[in-house]
Amino acid sequence: MVAQMSDMKNPLLEMRGISKHFGATKALDGVDFVCNPGEVHAVLGENGAGKSTLMKLIAGVLQPTHGQICIDGKAVFLNSPKAALSHGLVCMFQELSLVPDLTVRENLLLGAPGAGIGWLRSEALAKAQDVLARIEGKSIKMGARVADLTLPQRQQVEIAKAMMKRPRLLILDEATSALGASVVERVFDLVREERDNGTAILFISHRFHEVEALADRISVFRNGQRVETFMTGDHDYTEIINMMVGQKIEELFPAKTPAQPDAEIVLDVQNYSWDGRLRDINLRVRRGQIVGLGGLDGQGQSMFLMGLFGLLRQAEGTTAIAGQPTRIGSPKQAKQQAIALAYIPEDRKTEGLILDQGIQENLELAAIGRADLDATDPALYAASLEQLALKHGGLDQPVASLSGGNQQKVVLAKWLALKPRCLLLADPTRGIDVKTKTQIYAILRQLADQGTAIVLLSTDYEELIQLCDETHVFFDGQVVASLADGDLTAENIIAASLNLDAKSRAAHA
Amino acid sequence: MLDYLKSNRREMIAALVLIVLLAVYLGTHPRGASTYVMTIWANQCLILGLAACAQFFAVVVRGIDLSVGAVMALSNCVASYLLDGSAFGIAIGMVAVVVVGALCGLINGLVVVYGRIQPIVATLATASIFVGIALLLRPTPGGAVNYDLADAMTLDVLGIPTAMVIAGVAVIGFWLPFRRTGLGLGLYALGSSEQAAFQSGINTKFIRLAAFTLAGLFGGLAGLFYSFVTTTGDAGIAASFTLNSIAAVVLGGVLLRGGVGSLIGALAGAFILKTIAALMFFSGIPSLAQPLFEGLILAAAIAIGGADVLRARNKLEAFS
Repeated sequence: MVAQMSDMKNPLLEMRGISKHFGATKALDGVDFVCNPGEVHAVLGENGAGKSTLMKLIAGVLQPTHGQICIDGKAVFLNSPKAALSHGLVCMFQELSLVPDLTVRENLLLGAPGAGIGWLRSEALAKAQDVLARIEGKSIKMGARVADLTLPQRQQVEIAKAMMKRPRLLILDEATSALGASVVERVFDLVREERDNGTAILFISHRFHEVEALADRISVFRNGQRVETFMTGDHDYTEIINMMVGQKIEELFPAKTPAQPDAEIVLDVQNYSWDGRLRDINLRVRRGQIVGLGGLDGQGQSMFLMGLFGLLRQAEGTTAIAGQPTRIGSPKQAKQQAIALAYIPEDRKTEGLILDQGIQENLELAAIGRADLDATDPALYAASLEQLALKHGGLDQPVASLSGGNQQKVVLAKWLALKPRCLLLADPTRGIDVKTKTQIYAILRQLADQGTAIVLLSTDYEELIQLCDETHVFFDGQVVASLADGDLTAENIIAASLNLDAKSRAAHA
Repeated sequence: MLDYLKSNRREMIAALVLIVLLAVYLGTHPRGASTYVMTIWANQCLILGLAACAQFFAVVVRGIDLSVGAVMALSNCVASYLLDGSAFGIAIGMVAVVVVGALCGLINGLVVVYGRIQPIVATLATASIFVGIALLLRPTPGGAVNYDLADAMTLDVLGIPTAMVIAGVAVIGFWLPFRRTGLGLGLYALGSSEQAAFQSGINTKFIRLAAFTLAGLFGGLAGLFYSFVTTTGDAGIAASFTLNSIAAVVLGGVLLRGGVGSLIGALAGAFILKTIAALMFFSGIPSLAQPLFEGLILAAAIAIGGADVLRARNKLEAFS
């Protein structure tokens, strides 16, 4: 009781003047942040606003460049996750912290409180199993290898692993992104219970209705700084979005061009299925059209894009390019002039670029293998580099030294040099600053107006609404909704992403 | 039970192959399945088996140890000085030999962890150093090991080869309990996903250091047992044991990418490799052609192990 009283006076966690620099990039800049026990504190911000860096500092994964972290009013140095754990700071990471080759039981044992290098005791497992049972995870076998679990199952295990550590401060960083609506509700019940027992909860989510349902207080971050902290309900959705973006959303996006319903169909995919993970997907993209692919992470939309670019074996269905039935067996085929597809992968650092090499070398990668182009000719890239306004200190500069936005521009430039008929983009603005985002939006619109067909996969509703002429929402390997014009609203996209209609129907059946 | 078999299928396959090979070997051996034949077979197998155990500890944390043979050579040369004389002196000597091995491993670990040098480069360098010291100790093969002790370790206990008893002790007395400790689990976590292990609050530096030290310790044990079999010290044995130890762990289902495999698999792989060599010896294949056939068998085994890639339906998985 006495301890609790003192907790009320001192915030559980206080961060003073925290900065974190990565080279020239300031991920966090002079941030003050306070977290109280018995409170769910949501942290909002765009990708790249500094949320994840903040969480990593608290979890001991990163150390601040400047500033001080205090727990119960005492300054601490969190030099490793182990140190953070010893203060009761537990993080459920967005990138899962489960070891793929070990079983669920072994993973839980590894993370159990007090687990060292000695004999592992299984008492703590009871708590984890209890948590799993409460969040509809009872079917997860303790002996199953984590690599064999589905993404939602892994998140459930991750939640159990975090809860069994009996945290004083629990960080949920996109912890429920892959979970179905009913499981999310169970998780929230659990979180509320923890809160009522005095645990502080830091909650990061891109789903605004989740934040509204769970958070007591909200802090908004933008460009590495905390913009404002307020009680839930003090500001409405639009105000909060404006805080996150720093300007009106409408100003970010270029005006839509009126759709041309009779333009040539560039890409026509019918009944695309693969490996039981994608089922009967139809997609039709016309010249000058931007078609969005939405849905929660891992519902098959990124696999589908890969498949279009010839990365998936034994896919079924028909593909026609400009009316010609075509079979695309590999990226090399896909980029030839007859097909002229280009694919901007989700993870530019590992799939889109060779970080240690220069800009010029990276640019050449796409044109190599096209017999009709001279990949080494700088003139090939001049136009697209200019269009993208790439900032660089010479074309021999390693791309690793560029900012995220400029790196993405290099990836775009290397493909635009091939003058693709159809551009497949997998979340091209993830982790990119607002200014570059706006530029990329403008370029995509410009390309579309010049006749390129664009397929844009995005996790950002606003992009799907403001940029796309039509959006297909994926759920569990299928397209569950195709929205256009007036139906293209945030509510409809969210509902379709969670497959709400089908769920409620199933509940009544 | 089915789950257990499934999750340990690599070890199961290795064990099955070994049993078949051994049956063929004993069937074709001119002297048949006698304790004498079994003892010689088991001794040869266990030397490589212990070396494979050493290699396993480095590989499971996504490393590799090119100094396994060198550690064996050095501890073997040290043993050739210390394993003769009074019973007490010999006992101390045996401990000292193993400690020399563990120290070599610790040095490897320190260079890898704190020198931040890749294991393949670090152990290549230390291997030369260890062999160099071994050559200074024994410029030519020689020395002596107490014959009573050597006999006790390399003959049989109630008809069972002592080497098999030692392998059994290593598995039941050491490995199975070790697998249930935080360190044992930490090795796999580190090899499978260092990031996940770190975020789970594991001391990754300590685990890696421990892994290389264990590799050295088993290298020392291999050198010690080699001394019992040959009763001399020889600095020239390093190269072949290093290569064969890597081949053995691969055959035993330990993935070179780390995080998968077990000590049992490493032992089984070593036993398979040695049994194949022994079969070859009696098969009438000219001795000069034997490396060729051993190599082909090894290549085939590794190819089968890598066949999973062909099943991947996403082409990008082939590169991960």
